[in-house]
Amino acid sequence: MKIKKGIGVSPGVAICQAVVVDAEEFDIPQRKVPADHAQAELARLRKALTVSKKELQDLSKRTAERIGRETAGIFDFHISLLEDRSLQKKVQDAIVTGSVTAEYAVATVLRGYAREFLAMPEHLAERVKDVYDIEKRLLRNLIGQKRQSLSHLNQDVSVVAHDLTPSQTASMDRKHIRGIVIDAGGATSHTAILARALGIPTVVGTNDVAAEVTAGDMLIIDGTRGTVILDPDEATITQYKQMAQQQVDFIHSLDSLKDLPAITQDGHEITLLGNIEFPGEAAAVLDKGGQGIGLYRTEFLYLGTEREPNERDHYDAYREVIRLVSDHQVVIRTLDLGADKYTQSRARVPERNPFLGCRSIRFCLQNLPMFKTQIRAILRASVDANASMLFPLVTNLLELRQAKTIVRDVMEDLEEEGIEFRPDIPIGMMVETPSAALQADAFAKEVDFFSIGTNDLVQYTLAVDRGNEKVASMFTVAHPAVLRLIKDIIRTGQRHGISVSLCGEMAADPLYTLLLLGLGLQVFSCAPPAIPELKKMIRSVTMAHARQVARRVMSFQSDKETVNYLHAEVRGILPDDIIG
Amino acid sequence: MPIVKKEIEVPNKYGLHARPAMQLVELANSYQSKIEVSNDTLTIDAKSIMSVMRLAAAKGTKLTIVCDGEDAEEAATAMIGLITAGFGEMESPQA
Repeated sequence: MKIKKGIGVSPGVAICQAVVVDAEEFDIPQRKVPADHAQAELARLRKALTVSKKELQDLSKRTAERIGRETAGIFDFHISLLEDRSLQKKVQDAIVTGSVTAEYAVATVLRGYAREFLAMPEHLAERVKDVYDIEKRLLRNLIGQKRQSLSHLNQDVSVVAHDLTPSQTASMDRKHIRGIVIDAGGATSHTAILARALGIPTVVGTNDVAAEVTAGDMLIIDGTRGTVILDPDEATITQYKQMAQQQVDFIHSLDSLKDLPAITQDGHEITLLGNIEFPGEAAAVLDKGGQGIGLYRTEFLYLGTEREPNERDHYDAYREVIRLVSDHQVVIRTLDLGADKYTQSRARVPERNPFLGCRSIRFCLQNLPMFKTQIRAILRASVDANASMLFPLVTNLLELRQAKTIVRDVMEDLEEEGIEFRPDIPIGMMVETPSAALQADAFAKEVDFFSIGTNDLVQYTLAVDRGNEKVASMFTVAHPAVLRLIKDIIRTGQRHGISVSLCGEMAADPLYTLLLLGLGLQVFSCAPPAIPELKKMIRSVTMAHARQVARRVMSFQSDKETVNYLHAEVRGILPDDIIG
Repeated sequence: MPIVKKEIEVPNKYGLHARPAMQLVELANSYQSKIEVSNDTLTIDAKSIMSVMRLAAAKGTKLTIVCDGEDAEEAATAMIGLITAGFGEMESPQA
């Protein structure tokens, strides 16, 4: 038995066998496969060879057209390497006699060649890059086959990977995936957000679990405490099964709250909304007792497919959400892509510093046809609905005004075309940068509502990269500077009579509910599974107590003081193992 | 079945680097004969690009070509022809 510590990003316990997903450019652990799997591995190899060759032929053709025959020759060379019979034979032999996966066979054989090349005279040693390149291509195609298979499982498993892309997570078979362990990343990576939305217990930042786990190993994932137990003994399994049962019981005990309002003991009513990624989740929000959609992230319209979504795709998705929530509110956030693998891998020149680069509203303002398509669809879909439009990552007034001008342009177009839309749609902005928070007073005069995004606000205020495991522990909303910004945003909104919601991870964490209530927050929006717990918190406290807590917290000088104090205050309201 | 053996020196500036190796392998694969190429230390299958690259034959390297099969004579002649011509790189010796 071995215990690994990570960061718990989606609560709950999973006890089941592991599947290991290899990531690109990552050491492929040696994994034995039963002898009777050799034929299947050989078939996978053949398929990967065929696909790789096809890719290279296309690449060669395109390169020849765009750059020239000479440069394209490099890919012809790669093709001839792939077609090399002695290379293929070596890999096949490794699979059959070594009983290893196709990935491992490819990696060992090609690295063997690479070593030989490195020992050659300089101008030939250069060719080692080509060997690495075809290795990477073959592995990607082999792993690609396996990745797809995550969407077709026939038994319950936990997924272990060095890293997962959001689209990999999104395409997972939710019925059978019980838990996720990711060695890379922090609490607010897109994958963590998604896992939380899907309600899958998840631990990230474990460093080396993927290399130590073999497919089929028993694994306990404790997403509440952030631990992963490899090869657990019977006693531990029994203990965790009990704990899992207790959590299930607690969650069931919250079911009775579903139709009750989110109202404090002293009569202050709070609005509880849900964050969603896919239209279908809107049903889960209402089912959990949410009063609408506080944040509909539209990125997955883009991440889920190869082609850019057209107006119809947008419109259909928005109408589906609106249909599911009927007269409840829906806040549709415009595209918030840019600083992610999806965009960067498609960019001609990847940005050196993408989080400070062309992302979110900036990306949209530089890609107007795409932006206008989305706005058209939002305006049309909301014609008879309680929907509003939210712009992400606004940092200066000019940006906001530009975006609003584009909305007006699109409205004029629709009017000319005689297409129905909602002309008075409320327009809001995410306040998630220090600049927007500090200038909230000016912004409040030009929008209908604020939505606080704590993930980006923390990242930009504290200068901490959310995905860097070396500094991820410094990423905390409890930092006094972050709390002061949040307080000011809420106050400014109140002064101007506009609604302020908080839709970041902080809203879902019961540790901060008292504090946020005390700071005057009226609208909480969180992942659907967190709604019942949040409602329970709100219904268990008084506003008077919350204000007292907030005053106290605002006097602290470190995040540790705040966290310890809040833990003490919250204990007794929720069971211990629910509080992260 | 005939076995033909011929010797030749690599004439072009950069020797058997990627492109010449590809040409050589492509040519070798167009014959039925088994074709082996040797330098001082190594004998390799001329139909495998990885093997030909492993020869690391620089300018001036003496190679022995052994063709074994029905079309051994034609194969050997063609192989020698390609190498003698410096893989078409003799005029502009640029890699």
